Amino acid sequence: MKISDARVCVLRIEGTNCEEESFQCFRRLGAKPEKVHLKQLTGTDVTSDEKRSLPDYHILVIPGGFSAGDYVRAGAILAARLKSRLSQDLAEFVREGKPVLGICNGFQVLVETGLLPATSGVMAAVPEAVLGTNDSARFECRPTLLKKVNRGLCVFTSIISDDRISLIPSAHAEGKLMFPLDREKGMLRELDDNDQIVFKYVDPRGRLAGYPWCPNGSTGNIAGLCNRDGNVFGLMPHPERVFFRFTHPDWPRSPDGAGDGRPVFESVLRYISKKL
Amino acid sequence: MAVAEVRITLKKGVADPEGRNTLKALELLGFKGVRDVRTLKVFEIEVEGRKKDAEKKVEEMCRKLLANPVIHNYSISVR
Repeated sequence: MKISDARVCVLRIEGTNCEEESFQCFRRLGAKPEKVHLKQLTGTDVTSDEKRSLPDYHILVIPGGFSAGDYVRAGAILAARLKSRLSQDLAEFVREGKPVLGICNGFQVLVETGLLPATSGVMAAVPEAVLGTNDSARFECRPTLLKKVNRGLCVFTSIISDDRISLIPSAHAEGKLMFPLDREKGMLRELDDNDQIVFKYVDPRGRLAGYPWCPNGSTGNIAGLCNRDGNVFGLMPHPERVFFRFTHPDWPRSPDGAGDGRPVFESVLRYISKKL
Repeated sequence: MAVAEVRITLKKGVADPEGRNTLKALELLGFKGVRDVRTLKVFEIEVEGRKKDAEKKVEEMCRKLLANPVIHNYSISVR
């Protein structure tokens, strides 16, 4: 399909706050994004004009923010609402190979719904991982360096060259990826074998490093994961905040050109134009 | 009506940064002999109907929303 026909659903509910930047990234690249409230998809409290249907879209984005106030656990309430009302639509969306992107709070939602890491099947009945409180016990807001470790499965990083280090800022209090303690090693091996690990936090020389390079103490320094088919991708850092070079922290040195986050959106649109 | 108290605790071995930071702050304030601080979350849930049914219902709430089995244990007491 043509990129100009690609309809992107940027999902919002009370508390999401990165929908505008995410929307703009797709708009600037020529796709057709739309900010859609969850109630428009479930058809509650909306007029018939406002109603929307998930299967009509080609890409689903769950943007960053603090959905439902981060109550209970970050992402848990939006995940519960998605699972209760849109479970089948979501599973079908993923099964059809349509891309799903979760940024920051969106990543937390994807993990809580069981769409990630989803080592077997499309959506796990109970979460297989969690994004828990940062080791520092604080909200960490800083530029982070990510190394692409994905070997080609993830459709959101296909045009990023291997081992490239991208500067993508992080801003979260709950971003420490954890697996069940008794299965941690096995899960890490399985994720690596399946090529589900996409980005790792590194230092400027590309080595896995501790705080503050890794802002949260994440297992294996993992910053982003995809599902077994590579079409569901979640990451804690915010690629939509570095679409342009001039929003990088060192922008006065080279203000022109593309920011490090832009290839994430270009990659998925390229995938869409070839596959759907 | 029944009132259920749900305690969500971190599993053994899972890091508790908030508890650790609190412990450190208490030590800095001069409190001696503080061995450990662990944080937990408590929900009080009022449910219509009999106690026995309430417990079942709240158990399901824990599985579906209140706890993440990767890091949490939960206990329920109904009164």
